[in-house]
Amino acid sequence: MNRAHPYMANSTEEAKKHMLNAIGAATVDDLFEQIPDEHITSRRFGLPEPLASEVELKRHLTGVLGKNEHCEDNLSFLGGGTWQHHVPAICDEIWTRSEFLTSVWGTGSSDLGRNQAWFEFASQLGELVGMEFVGLPVYSWGAAVGHSMRMATRMTGRGRILVPALMDPQRLDVARTYAGFPEQEGHIEIAYVGYDPATGRLDLVDLESRLDDGVGAVYFENPGYLGVIEDQAAEIARMARAAGAETIVGVDPTSLGVIVPPSDYGADIAVGTTQPLGIHMNGGGGVGGFIATRDEERYAREYPTLQVSLTDTTHEGERAFGLALFQQSSYGSREDGKDWTGNSVYLWAIANAAYMSVLGPAGFEELGGAILRRSHYAARRLAAVPGVSLPWRAGFFKEFVVGFDGTGIPVAEINRRLRDHGIFGGRDLSSDFPDLGQSALYCVTEVHSRADIDRLTAALEEVTR
Amino acid sequence: MTTNGLRKYHAAVWDEPLVMEMGAPGRRGQLFPVDEPDLGSVVGDTSDLIPESLRRGRPAELPELSEPEVLRHYLHLSQEVLGMMGISLFGTCTMKYNPRVTEALTRQPFVAGTHPDQDVETLQGTLEVIHGLDRMLRDLTGMDQFVFQPGGGADAAFLHATVTRAYHEARGDLAQRREIITTAQAHPCNPATAAAAGFEVITLPLEEKGYASVEALRAAASERTAALMVNNPDDIGIYNPHIKEWVDIVHSVGGLCFYDTANFNGVMGRIRARELGFDACMMMLHKTFGAPKAGGGPAVGAYGCSEDLAPYLTAPVVIRGDDGAFAIEVPEHAGSTQVREYLGNIPVIIKAYSWLRALGAAGVKEAADLSLLANNYMETRLLQIPGVSKGLPHLDEYRMEMTRYSLGELTEETGVTTVDVANRMVDYGVDAFWMSHEPWFIPEPFTPEAGEMWSVEDLDYWIDVIAAICEEARTDPELVKTAPHNQPIHRVVGSGLDDPDRWATTWRAYRRKNGLEG
Repeated sequence: MNRAHPYMANSTEEAKKHMLNAIGAATVDDLFEQIPDEHITSRRFGLPEPLASEVELKRHLTGVLGKNEHCEDNLSFLGGGTWQHHVPAICDEIWTRSEFLTSVWGTGSSDLGRNQAWFEFASQLGELVGMEFVGLPVYSWGAAVGHSMRMATRMTGRGRILVPALMDPQRLDVARTYAGFPEQEGHIEIAYVGYDPATGRLDLVDLESRLDDGVGAVYFENPGYLGVIEDQAAEIARMARAAGAETIVGVDPTSLGVIVPPSDYGADIAVGTTQPLGIHMNGGGGVGGFIATRDEERYAREYPTLQVSLTDTTHEGERAFGLALFQQSSYGSREDGKDWTGNSVYLWAIANAAYMSVLGPAGFEELGGAILRRSHYAARRLAAVPGVSLPWRAGFFKEFVVGFDGTGIPVAEINRRLRDHGIFGGRDLSSDFPDLGQSALYCVTEVHSRADIDRLTAALEEVTR
Repeated sequence: MTTNGLRKYHAAVWDEPLVMEMGAPGRRGQLFPVDEPDLGSVVGDTSDLIPESLRRGRPAELPELSEPEVLRHYLHLSQEVLGMMGISLFGTCTMKYNPRVTEALTRQPFVAGTHPDQDVETLQGTLEVIHGLDRMLRDLTGMDQFVFQPGGGADAAFLHATVTRAYHEARGDLAQRREIITTAQAHPCNPATAAAAGFEVITLPLEEKGYASVEALRAAASERTAALMVNNPDDIGIYNPHIKEWVDIVHSVGGLCFYDTANFNGVMGRIRARELGFDACMMMLHKTFGAPKAGGGPAVGAYGCSEDLAPYLTAPVVIRGDDGAFAIEVPEHAGSTQVREYLGNIPVIIKAYSWLRALGAAGVKEAADLSLLANNYMETRLLQIPGVSKGLPHLDEYRMEMTRYSLGELTEETGVTTVDVANRMVDYGVDAFWMSHEPWFIPEPFTPEAGEMWSVEDLDYWIDVIAAICEEARTDPELVKTAPHNQPIHRVVGSGLDDPDRWATTWRAYRRKNGLEG
C-alpha cells in the first residue's frame, strides 16, 4: 500500500528516484557527504510512533487538550497580563485567511495587502495612544518596557530607570532581563518608586527623592498593574521632564475610549499590550506589545522594531508601503543595530487592525464604559461580602484588588473552593505583594454579565462563610 | 499559457483605500451592552468612574464602519498577498505545510480560551503537550531541558546570551568574559542579541573553505570569551566539519557554545547538537516544525540546554510528578533570563508537537532526506541556466538543504540584478526569493530552500520561471528592470523611508507631512 506522507509531495519512490537520477547520486545518504561520519548520531531516536492519519492525530490531540478546562465553560476573573475580552468573530475570520496566515516576506508589490494591514495597525493604535510614530509589535508588554528603557537610556545617556513598585512581577522580570547585570557596561539600573497605601497611586514624595540627573526615564502604568488609574499622570510627567528624564507610560488600549491618551499628559513613549485588541488568551500565547512615540528623529532613530511607512512606487501617485529606518534594525546592522528584532507577532497585528476598525471611536467608548460599570459593580458587590475588603474602592479600570484577610481563609483555598462552583477566582497576589495580605486581583470585562457577577458574589459568600 | 510556456497569472487588484479613509460618521461595526438593568443605579454615571482630569473628551479618530465593510476590506487586502499562494522557496525560513488540523484545534476554547494563570489542574492538556514536546526535542538534540518562552528565533538567541551572562555572573567572572564570538555567516540575531545582552561581538570572517578557520577561532578565543554562537550548516549550504573542534576550543577557554539550529531541516534525524558538544541550541517551531510563518509570528524559538545551564533558566518549566500529573516549576534567579511573559505561544507549541507526532522519527528523517534531495535536484537544473552560478563554486560537495547562488554573471551581461529578478518572479505567481542576510559575500545572491513539502512539479515550475526571467533579461531587460507588471502596484521605490520629513508610520503623520490635515 502506498503510504506517502500527506505533508510531503515527494515522499513517493518515483519522485525520489527521479531526483536522485537527475542529481546523479547513488543514494540519498551520499547527499550528506559534508557531515563527517563521527558527527552522525549512533543513538537511535525515540520519538513516539507516528500518528500518520489525521483521524488518529486529531483523536489524540483532542483527547489530550480536552483535559483542559477553560474560561468559556467556567466563569473566570483572571487578568493581570492576559485578559478575557470578547473577540469579534471577524477578527478570527481575517487572520485565519491562508494568505495572511502563511505569508512569508515577499515584495512590497506582491504582499501589498499585508503591509497595508500592518500600516493600519500602526495608524489606528497611534490614534488610541495619541502618537504619530508606531513600530510593528514586539513580543509582549514586558519586551516593550525593556526596549523602551533601552531607548531612553541611549537617548539620555542616563542608566537609571524608575518603575513603580506595584508592577506585574513577570513584566518586571522581563524588563530586568533587558537591563543586564551591574558588572556590564551599559547596564541599566532599575529603581522602584513606592505607592500611596491609601490610593494605590504612585508616591510622588518618593518619586521626587529619586529623581536626579542619573535617571533616564520614569516608567509608570495607567491603569497600573492592580487596576488603579493614575490621576497624577501629568504631574509625574512634569517631574520627570524637569529632571531631564523621559516619561514612558504603559497603557491598556481597552481603556483608551474612556481615558485620555498618554500623549495628553506628557508621555514621551507609550508602550503596552496588544492582546486585548481581538486576540484570544491562548493560555498566555496571545501576548504582544507595542512601542509608540511622537514622530521625532530623537525617538525614531532609537526604535529596534521594523516600521511600515507609506512610500512611493515607480509610478507617480501610486501608494505603497516600505520599511522605514530599516538600516538601524539588526537585520540591517547586526550588532551595531538598535537592540534586535526578528519574528514577532505580526499576524496578530492584522487581527488588531481589524479589531480597532470594527470598534471605531464609539466602540472603544462603549467598551470602556461597559468594563467600568461591570468592574465597579463587581467591586461594590464583593465589598459587601463579610470579611472581604477592597483597599482601593474607586478610581480603577477593569481590575481591582480584593482582600480576604478578614475571612481568615487564604486566597489559594478560596480559589480552590470557587472552582467547585465553576469559577476561576482572581489572581492570587499574596506571595508577590505580601504587603497586601491575602488578596487577589479580580478582572471584570465586557464579557461578564450582571448575573455572572451576582453568581460570583453568592459563591464567595458561600465559600468564605 | 504565455509565450514562454508558463501559466497566465495576474494578482488581484483592489485599489483598496486605507481603512482610515473608509466609512461614514455614525456607522458601527461592533456594539457592546449598555443597558445592564440597574447597573447605573448601583455605580452611578459611567463618566464619574474616571477621575475628571483623565476623562477622554475627544474620541480617538478611528474609522466608522459597519461589520461587513471591515470584513470585505481585509478580505481584499488578503487577496493582495501572494506569499504561499504561489510557490515560496524562501531560503533560511524553511517554508512548510502548516497542517490545518492544528489550525482548527488551536482555535477551540480548550486552547484559545485558556488563561495562563488558571490552576495547573485545569491546564493538564496544555502541560502534557509542552512536556511531550520537551521530551521529543530532547530526543532530537540530546539536550536536557527545553523551554518555549522565547517569542521567536531571535528571542531564543537573546535568551542564550542572557543565560551566558547569568552563568558567568554566578562564577564571578562576568566582568572578565565580555566577548561573544560568532561568524559572518551566522544569522544577524546572534551578534545583535549578544550586543543587547551587554557583550562585545567578535565576528570571524568567511574563508576559503566556506567557513571561518579553526585557526581564526583559536586566535579569537581567550579568557575573555563568554560564548560562541553559530549556525551550522549556514545559509550557503555549507556544513562546517570542524564544528566539534570549535566547541572544544571554546570550552577549553571556559566559554559556552550555542548552536543556532535555524537550519535544522537538513540535519534533523542525523546529528544531535549535544553530541557535537554544544551546551545549548534553538529550534524554530514556526519554521522547521510546521507552524505557520504568519508573516513574522506568533513564533516560538524553543531553547534547549544542558543540565549545567538549566539552573539559569527562569522560564517556567513543565514537570511530571510521580502521580502522573503535570506541574509548572518556576526556577529561581528571577529577572536575569526571563525574555517574555508566560510559558510561550501555546498554539505554536501545539502545532509543533502535532507535526512531530504526525511524522515520528522516520518521518523526520524522511523530511530531511527530501530537503536535500530537492535542493540538490534544483541545483542540477539551476546551474544549467546561463547567468546562474553557485555561491563559492569551488566547493563542489553536495550542499545541505539550501544553496546560495549568484546572478552576478547575468548582471554583468544584462544589467539585470537579483532585485530585478525577485520583482519579476512575482509576475508569474511565484513568491520572491530570499537574497541574503547581511553581509552579502556573494554578488547578486539568491537563496532558495526547497524543503520537503513542494512537489517536483512545483520545483520545476519555479526553476522554469528563473530560466524564463534570465532569458527575458537578455531579450528585453527593461521588462525585468521595470517589473512587476502583474501585481496590484508597481515596484516599490521607497524614497523618503529614511527621511524624517517624509517617513510616515501612521496615517496621521502622513497627513501632517503632506499638508492633508483638516
